[in-house]
Amino acid sequence: MQTFSFKNYSAIILSCAALLTACNGGNQDSNNPDMAGNIHIDGSSTVYPITEAVAEEFRLEAGNVKVTVGVSGTGGGMKKFTRGEIDIVNASRSMNEAEASLAKENNITYIELPVAYDGLTVVVNPENNWVKDITVAELKKIWEPEAQGKIKKWNQIRPEWPDKEIHLYGAGVESGTYDYFTEAIVGKSHSSRGDYTASEDDNVLVQGVSTDPNALGFFGYAYYEENKAKLKVVPVDDENDANGKGAILPSLENVKNGSYAPLSRPLFIYVNSKAAVRPEVDSFVNFYLEAAAELSEEVGYIPMPAALYKEQLQKYKAFSEGAAKK
Amino acid sequence: MTNSDKNRLKDKAFQVFGIFCTLIGLVVLAVFLIDILIKGLGRIDWEFLTSLPSRRAARAGILTAWAGTLWILVLTTIIAFPLGVSAGVYLEEYARKNRLSNFLEINISNLAGVPSIIYGLLGMEIFVRQMGLGGSLLSGALTLSLLILPIIIVTTREAIKAVPGSIRDGSYALGASKWQTVWNQVLPASFGGILTGIILALSRAVGEAAPLIVIGALAYVPFIPSSPLDEFTVLPIQIFNWTSRPQEAFLINAAAAIIMLLFITFLLNGIAVYLRNKQQKKIKW
Repeated sequence: MQTFSFKNYSAIILSCAALLTACNGGNQDSNNPDMAGNIHIDGSSTVYPITEAVAEEFRLEAGNVKVTVGVSGTGGGMKKFTRGEIDIVNASRSMNEAEASLAKENNITYIELPVAYDGLTVVVNPENNWVKDITVAELKKIWEPEAQGKIKKWNQIRPEWPDKEIHLYGAGVESGTYDYFTEAIVGKSHSSRGDYTASEDDNVLVQGVSTDPNALGFFGYAYYEENKAKLKVVPVDDENDANGKGAILPSLENVKNGSYAPLSRPLFIYVNSKAAVRPEVDSFVNFYLEAAAELSEEVGYIPMPAALYKEQLQKYKAFSEGAAKK
Repeated sequence: MTNSDKNRLKDKAFQVFGIFCTLIGLVVLAVFLIDILIKGLGRIDWEFLTSLPSRRAARAGILTAWAGTLWILVLTTIIAFPLGVSAGVYLEEYARKNRLSNFLEINISNLAGVPSIIYGLLGMEIFVRQMGLGGSLLSGALTLSLLILPIIIVTTREAIKAVPGSIRDGSYALGASKWQTVWNQVLPASFGGILTGIILALSRAVGEAAPLIVIGALAYVPFIPSSPLDEFTVLPIQIFNWTSRPQEAFLINAAAAIIMLLFITFLLNGIAVYLRNKQQKKIKW
């Protein structure tokens, strides 16, 4: 007669669990072994690579501080931040009014710190030999909601361009990138035509534009940098000579000095004042602002001018001292 | 052409069509596997398996991701196994056929078709917020348990249904109680099928990223979780994160991580087949 062998199976499972607990790795040497604690960060997947890089370097600084970073998006991160569930939120846009009033309701005070720039890059297929530059007004004509089903050919935008179909590729409507682009180009956040190929994954857009001769698309600068051979970048003219005359190419220099307008956008972190009082969070944020210039460039973004980082450091210092007094 | 010739032709045509349909799935799978293997196999080494996440693709590893995935697997099994099997046994052996059990049955079948992100939202509200477990391994495992419970219940019932009635009758004839019959005869006889169902359900849970991201599983975790209440990340989230990076090197990392995830899934399926065969050999009626 056979017996039911639950026992054997549960033994296997339990020993697996024991094994896992046993192999918990120790911490490596660090400058500040005394500092400990947890720092919870969540939010934008665009800002994630910078924060990941900073967290990685911070481990050498204070190895016993456990920094964790999530990627639930700027909106998702803001929701948690305004409920006081996380210490720092990564954001690829500024906090909106609804979120700010939620924070107020929950008695959350915070500081906004820009940490780097991203240049939204307009690209076409390398086979496209007619587009040499484009103006913001023309981009608006292409992307505004009224263009849906109407603007379908290149020569509708500029008469000298050919009578060929135009195929559009852009960020998905849930992303902060979409919000920023529509705000800068159409003039109203979260409003554009709907008949374009949308993806939250910029690599899909790169793939699309690089294989479609009639394509026009936009995405973050880093994705253009990595795929230069497959894409042709289009300089953008905002028809405002105050910040650079004519059409401007997105480049490290042009984004940094503000002449690549209006498509350079700042990336932010927001710090909760209650968290800023904790020594580990305080030293993490300081470390972030000091290291952001180098690390943001390393992961494909554009650092701000050094003076701006200094300004942020002072702004933060005043903020954390103010928070400590309360 | 006679009628039977026509029928034979139809028969042949359907056979070819059937082979074609089968091949589509297999060819797509083969192309996918070969592509991933070419891209990622060279990237897998001991260091990749034992390194923490990093901004430098060449230094980044999946230690915390696969440790998180193993934790989730073990916890989900501990939670979903007894619940699912008990529910299946109850519905099949004890429940009377009435409106209530009909209602339960329909709902369980419906639950099997609910998109996984909905379970994530449910888990977020109940486990993370109400029960205050936070974005911990336990929240994740509980959420995934909900996700796979319907599958386990349905397969358990199918397995129990396949046990011949004469076995139960024999057991009762020898004076065994209902519980003794279920525990000593029905469950052992159906255990192979139940196990297969559970492991297939777990294979599904292992590949989920969406519900875990919703409950707050992280992307950058520089430590191996040491208790069920720790925060965590899992392989699918790491893969998702890497595939959306601009640098080619991260895409190769993603391919390597996909190979590891497939390896875990195949391993699970292998265990399922092995245990089922072993169990079936033991049963002699």
